[in-house]
Amino acid sequence: MKKVLILGATSDIAQAIARKYAAEGWDLVLAARNLELLEPIAGDLRVRSEADIQTVGFDAADFSSHRGFYESLETKPDLVICVFGYMADQRLVRTDFDEVQKTIAVNYTGAVSILNVVAEDFEQRGRGSIVGISSVAGDRGRQSNYIYGSAKAGFTAYLAGLRNRLAKAGVHVMTVKPGFVRTKMTESLELPASLTAEPEQVATAVYQGVEKKHNTVYTLWMWRWIMLIIKLIPEPIFKKMGM
Amino acid sequence: MVKLIVVNEGLGEVDMRKISDWGNYPVIEAEVGGFDSEGQLRSKLERPGPVIAFGNGRSYGDASLQENILLTRRFNKLLSFDETTGSLSCQSGVLLSEILDVFVPRGWFLPVTPGTKLITVGGAIAADVHGKNHHVAGSFGRHIVSMDVMRNEGSVITCSPTENSDFFKITVGGMGLTGIIMNATFRLKKVETAYIREETIRAANLDEIMDCFEASSDWTYSVAWIDCLAKGEQLGRSIMMRGEHATQAELVAPAHKHAPFNPRKGLHLSVPISFPNFALNHWTMQAFNLIYYNKFRPGTHKSIVDYNQFFYPLDAIDNWNRIYGSRGFTQYQFVIPKAAGREGMRTILKRITDSGLGSFLAVLKLFGEQDSFISFPMAGYTLALDFPISLKALDLFKELDAMVADYGGRLYLAKDSRMDAEMFEKTYPNADEFRQAISLLNDGETRFASLLSKRIGITD
Repeated sequence: MKKVLILGATSDIAQAIARKYAAEGWDLVLAARNLELLEPIAGDLRVRSEADIQTVGFDAADFSSHRGFYESLETKPDLVICVFGYMADQRLVRTDFDEVQKTIAVNYTGAVSILNVVAEDFEQRGRGSIVGISSVAGDRGRQSNYIYGSAKAGFTAYLAGLRNRLAKAGVHVMTVKPGFVRTKMTESLELPASLTAEPEQVATAVYQGVEKKHNTVYTLWMWRWIMLIIKLIPEPIFKKMGM
Repeated sequence: MVKLIVVNEGLGEVDMRKISDWGNYPVIEAEVGGFDSEGQLRSKLERPGPVIAFGNGRSYGDASLQENILLTRRFNKLLSFDETTGSLSCQSGVLLSEILDVFVPRGWFLPVTPGTKLITVGGAIAADVHGKNHHVAGSFGRHIVSMDVMRNEGSVITCSPTENSDFFKITVGGMGLTGIIMNATFRLKKVETAYIREETIRAANLDEIMDCFEASSDWTYSVAWIDCLAKGEQLGRSIMMRGEHATQAELVAPAHKHAPFNPRKGLHLSVPISFPNFALNHWTMQAFNLIYYNKFRPGTHKSIVDYNQFFYPLDAIDNWNRIYGSRGFTQYQFVIPKAAGREGMRTILKRITDSGLGSFLAVLKLFGEQDSFISFPMAGYTLALDFPISLKALDLFKELDAMVADYGGRLYLAKDSRMDAEMFEKTYPNADEFRQAISLLNDGETRFASLLSKRIGITD
């Protein structure tokens, strides 16, 4: 039975991914900081499927624990999906440097720290897939979201480099940029329906992307073009826009 | 596009957002938030003032709308399943479609399902939904073993037909006005395959289709599509669709026999944007009805179809409500007692066809007996028709209300967006008692309320 490790397993996107993989007959290791939230999620998956579901504590910001965490896993996964992320209130981020550090620690440093350990193992074994959930916010810095966006830009660049390094070892690395997703982070916002994906759509995109060994996946096809246009706007004009 | 990117992530300035139910009428501004644990729900309810639960937004009008909305969709865990009895416990935000995805491959089916699977379990209970098997299985509420409802911060009432039975009675069909339905346990039924043995029968007029319903009482599922634009001799011309869960022995196609529980996924379509308001008019709808009716040959036609084709043909088209354009639409669904049946249905249908306003989605069904406190069904005929919102349509509904009330019938609250308090009072025999029970529960204060409950006078 193939095994997937989901890092940050309590988010809405992670839950949808877990359901998808359980339905496809994979065994799951769910890792998250808050085990109290994680247990009902594991219980749900056990009712839904025959899959073997394990839960384990994991703190993305506690870098020194990462190697021990990975080494303690009884059997190593065939696929690791890094879903955790942290988005602070942008107004808070402008004045509160602790929030800035937390944003970078979770979205960038934490992800790099754990995936380095995973990469070492996968490279040695000469197989496996690593998926990172990054963000369209990292495609170009915008005033509304640039601290989070710059951390995600760093993560996107890291994943690209990792892909480049691991390709010859036969290890697949995939970057996912979901765009708007209907989750607890966005449920109070009025998002354009045609540009907003359900978490289940992200899960399907991840599953299919891994099967087909894609490099970068946008959940809804429009986002690839929207972000391309945004990236192409010349800086002298862009800086005056209220984005 | 610039604007939508600004809406993006994290600014936290947007507290109110536009929201509507399936008919896109009315559209309101509301404060919207969800929960994914009992603790979060409890803290949401610490805040005073009225709230209403919002599931998957498939009621048509304003049943889950008001200024302060609690989304239940993230409260969506399956809790337990008993393979011997088929008893399933789950949280209220689980969609019927998720239950089907998980349990049909294991040989289980919903005891009752409406014409869409994209509703939550909480919504199914609150509206006490019915399906094509109402005449044999009753409504959804009949199959509930027990449920937990959170009333105020901290207080959870567990109720069933035997425990806190009075509270149970007003919660089933109670349109979310007794509290937030958290968990429910109900029984799935065993099936041998994911397929339905279907018969379609063309009926030339209203008498023929009603005879056909009488003759189909032994069938588990029966429903008719009715052409509500056909007049005169052809008034009430229809297509009856009746079905039974197919046994393994009844499957003939190799693909079906090979995977009796896993039909191939059908074509999935989407309506990407709202149609212009003029796209659906009398002429386009008449053309559609003519083509659709003649698609069926005269007489009886037998086939094996998968459950999605039989129960949920419209779910294959995402956002089909957008064909009605920005003005929105409503569904006028009424029931009249069987005694008033033929004459009543003829008179009402004639009024609708004379108006020329009806649309192509019109459904006729014969209900069986119903024993519940505040639910919609009663033994008799029910007709459901979609109408684009217009002043003419709203005037027509007023006239229809009077006719429905005269025949001793009533309207379905889950579809309604415009009936007045007087109509509700007149047509739901327990209206008064229901209002008093809700008021007593809330100690005179308004705790759970929707635009619907205010409009029809159940809450302030």
